[in-house]
Amino acid sequence: MKLSKTLLATSALTVAAAGAYAAGHGMADNMTLVSWGGAYQASQQNAYVAPYIEMNPDVSASWDESSAEAVAKLRAMNEAGNVTWDLVDVVAADAIRLCDEGLAMEIDHDEMLAAAPDGTSASDDFGDLIVSDCYIPQIVYSTTFGYRTDMVPAGVEPPSDICSVFDLETYPGKRALEKRPINNMEWALLCDGVAKADVYDVLETDEGQDQALAKLDTIKDEVIWWNAGADTPQLLADGEIFMGSTYNGRLFSAIVEQGQPIGMMWDAQVFDLDGWIIPAGLPEDRLARVMDFVRFATDTQRLADQAKYISYGPARASSAPLVSTHAELGIEMAPHMPTDPNNAANTFLYNYEFWADYRDDIDAKFQAWLAQ
Amino acid sequence: MTDAATEPDKITGPTPDNALRAADKADDGPVLAADGRPLKQSLNRALRAQKLRALALIAPLLIFVLVSFIAPIGDMLFRSVENQIVRDTMPRTVAALADYDAAAGGVPRDEVFEAAYYDVFYAAERKLHTRLGSRLNYEQTGASSLFRKSGRGIDDIGEVYQDQFEDLNGDWDEARPWAELMGDPTWIAAQEGWDGSGRMPAFELRSDIADVLPRTAASYQIFARFMQTEEGDSPLEEEPWTVVHTALYQDLSEGDVSGYTGPRSDMLQAAAALVASPDFETIAFRDGLEEIDEDWVDPEIWQTIKTYSPSYTSGYFLNSVDMQKTPEGPALRDEDERIYGLLFQRTMFMSMVITISCILLGYPIAYLLSNLPSRTANLLMILVLLPFWTSLLVRTSAWKVMLQQQGVINDTLVWLGLVADDARLTMINNQFGTIVAMTHILLPFMILPMYSVMSTIPQTYVRAAKSLGATNWTTFWRVYFPQSIPGIGAGSILVFILSIGYYITPEIVGGTSGIFISNRIAYHISSSLNWGLAAALGTILLVVVLLLYWAYDRIVGIDNVKLGG
Repeated sequence: MKLSKTLLATSALTVAAAGAYAAGHGMADNMTLVSWGGAYQASQQNAYVAPYIEMNPDVSASWDESSAEAVAKLRAMNEAGNVTWDLVDVVAADAIRLCDEGLAMEIDHDEMLAAAPDGTSASDDFGDLIVSDCYIPQIVYSTTFGYRTDMVPAGVEPPSDICSVFDLETYPGKRALEKRPINNMEWALLCDGVAKADVYDVLETDEGQDQALAKLDTIKDEVIWWNAGADTPQLLADGEIFMGSTYNGRLFSAIVEQGQPIGMMWDAQVFDLDGWIIPAGLPEDRLARVMDFVRFATDTQRLADQAKYISYGPARASSAPLVSTHAELGIEMAPHMPTDPNNAANTFLYNYEFWADYRDDIDAKFQAWLAQ
Repeated sequence: MTDAATEPDKITGPTPDNALRAADKADDGPVLAADGRPLKQSLNRALRAQKLRALALIAPLLIFVLVSFIAPIGDMLFRSVENQIVRDTMPRTVAALADYDAAAGGVPRDEVFEAAYYDVFYAAERKLHTRLGSRLNYEQTGASSLFRKSGRGIDDIGEVYQDQFEDLNGDWDEARPWAELMGDPTWIAAQEGWDGSGRMPAFELRSDIADVLPRTAASYQIFARFMQTEEGDSPLEEEPWTVVHTALYQDLSEGDVSGYTGPRSDMLQAAAALVASPDFETIAFRDGLEEIDEDWVDPEIWQTIKTYSPSYTSGYFLNSVDMQKTPEGPALRDEDERIYGLLFQRTMFMSMVITISCILLGYPIAYLLSNLPSRTANLLMILVLLPFWTSLLVRTSAWKVMLQQQGVINDTLVWLGLVADDARLTMINNQFGTIVAMTHILLPFMILPMYSVMSTIPQTYVRAAKSLGATNWTTFWRVYFPQSIPGIGAGSILVFILSIGYYITPEIVGGTSGIFISNRIAYHISSSLNWGLAAALGTILLVVVLLLYWAYDRIVGIDNVKLGG
């Protein structure tokens, strides 16, 4: 173990030396950005990375598609004393954990980020979406259901209520749900007669957890559990399932870009956030570059531009009026946003604090229930 | 696999070993070498040089394996018992809880709350409190937000005192007066003279201040050293944390400072008078913590801290066998939380099924390969190896396309009329899917060792048996098969051990009933970040594999395993 520490120290020294060299030039010339890959990363590339590099031709940016394992990898890098990432895209729950673990840098939003065009400070512009001191939100996405329009039984209205997920009589067929308790437990309770405001109070108790699992039990045989956001659109396209939950942007691309016979069911969609964190302990030159980039990439216009490429709502209030049309298809993007008033008639907010506490406990029960 | 003819003890004639033995036996004085030294000594020297040379030759590999393989694995496995975080983050609380009886429960003494206040405060400044919260949340639901909240609210307690001292004299909220009260004059001079380059002169307490104000001095010292080392700020310019004011109140209320005549003594005397006055507002640590979060007065959190205060814990191992550490000792978890025992059993059972189906499918192919003319055999061999060269994910996803309800197999069956359209077979997202996909993926690992053993079995034996009148079956069963067993053994060990640790394929095609213990290990490594539990599960898996290997050696004999000739 001593040996490995020596090795780590040596590599850390090498990195430090390289950093010290670059520091003479003020800002580092390349950035490693971490994101999710796919259409989402492409929207980031188009909306702000490419314009930034155009403005700063000396700078290069490379992508690492590791956001799904970002927390574990960042922790390992931190223990090894060699953090190679400069900016990491994570969901809000992960940002909270990274902040808790001291792996993400605390942000002074007003000082580090651009104000809105009308002068509103960044922290007011982002508002409640700043769920952690380390977090710079980019977009609001939602987890919601899509269904096969051609598999709706004859003479029945297409599903428009979250509880149709649990209604096997009216809407027979398989469902796809994410293989984790989050969201599924809330939906189960909502459809088992618990009022929206009481869901987390009920879920805190053992009885409430049992109640949610009992409700899920009624459809357990008809559920295919997914791990990756791409699973549900694929299962829908194959006709394997009648309805399934996934991220709204995935459904948007299956419906609008690929023309699949899929309908959106926005009822009880669960809002969540995606945004940046800056790893703690970056050398000064790299930090300076990242700060410069982040100020540009999260300003009002850039966040609005991102919506040209993907149907996720910008996190800044001031960006919403600037959302325009799809970059290639030319259709209006606003009606496809989860935050659009027509879609957001009944929404559900992900309770970060609750899940930070109950995640381990409920997950153990959920997995035991799944394995039975 | 040792050859009798090369075993050193069985060789006769002049070898170094034999010479040594001869030298031992000779009792008529030491045999001397040509240079006059005893033969034994000079032989030993020659042998040692040889051994060192051999060691030097393998050294690069040995060091490589140690550094890149053994050390990281050892480090990871060590995490399954490591638990210093509680003791390191809350040293005072752990000490104060020494005589707390966790089994009896109840809320601990006030001293424990006092210790917890100081610990949480310092931990919050160093941003370690939330880490401890996440650690304890694995054991007790709610610990995570308890510590996060406490980190945010812990200043409230000290502010009660800070505000009153500040109202009395604004200097109590200034950096300089505090530094003069606490700091050694030589240090103050050195700090003032510091030009900003090199190391900051380390903070020193004034020699007698710790006798007058013990708590305050200790607290201020922690603050000053933290400012210097972590923040790189001069304590001469930073007003102290509110915890220092709390400590000052405690010192003043308990001790007598009337004899103090050092710097800033007026300020201190006035503060002492203020504390002594009945109007001085105080807050008990217990009430202060309760105000931040009432979980602090719930015995559960103290029981958890107490149970997990030792530096090493069996907690992770207990968790990985569906038990938990309670104040009364290890106990089984609630039935609805037990999962690992089931998963271990399932992993063993399914790996066994996969191994057996690999043997059944692989044996005829290996037989064919070793008995066909080499041109045809080579072609077949490429077919066996082809899946090896294809990405694992591609192969697994291909099975998804084949097996799903709207997939190739079901479509064909429906088209043939064997299965009704509304009763399509479920062949994926269950154990069946996992077994099929993994058998396919691991098949080459079975065929290759079998093939290499079978190709060395001389055809003459088979012909001899037949010419002596054995039927085809007897020839195969009595003559050919026993000679191919080493290949089956090698293949089975490979396939079994590989399948025990597989997790990508079960994750994709396994649904809920086809997942392995390794899926939970992966989950705890990458999602829940409970690396201790993952390490414990991994250690158990490793031990199980070693035990099976040992049992295999005892029953079949590891000498019977052959990967080739």
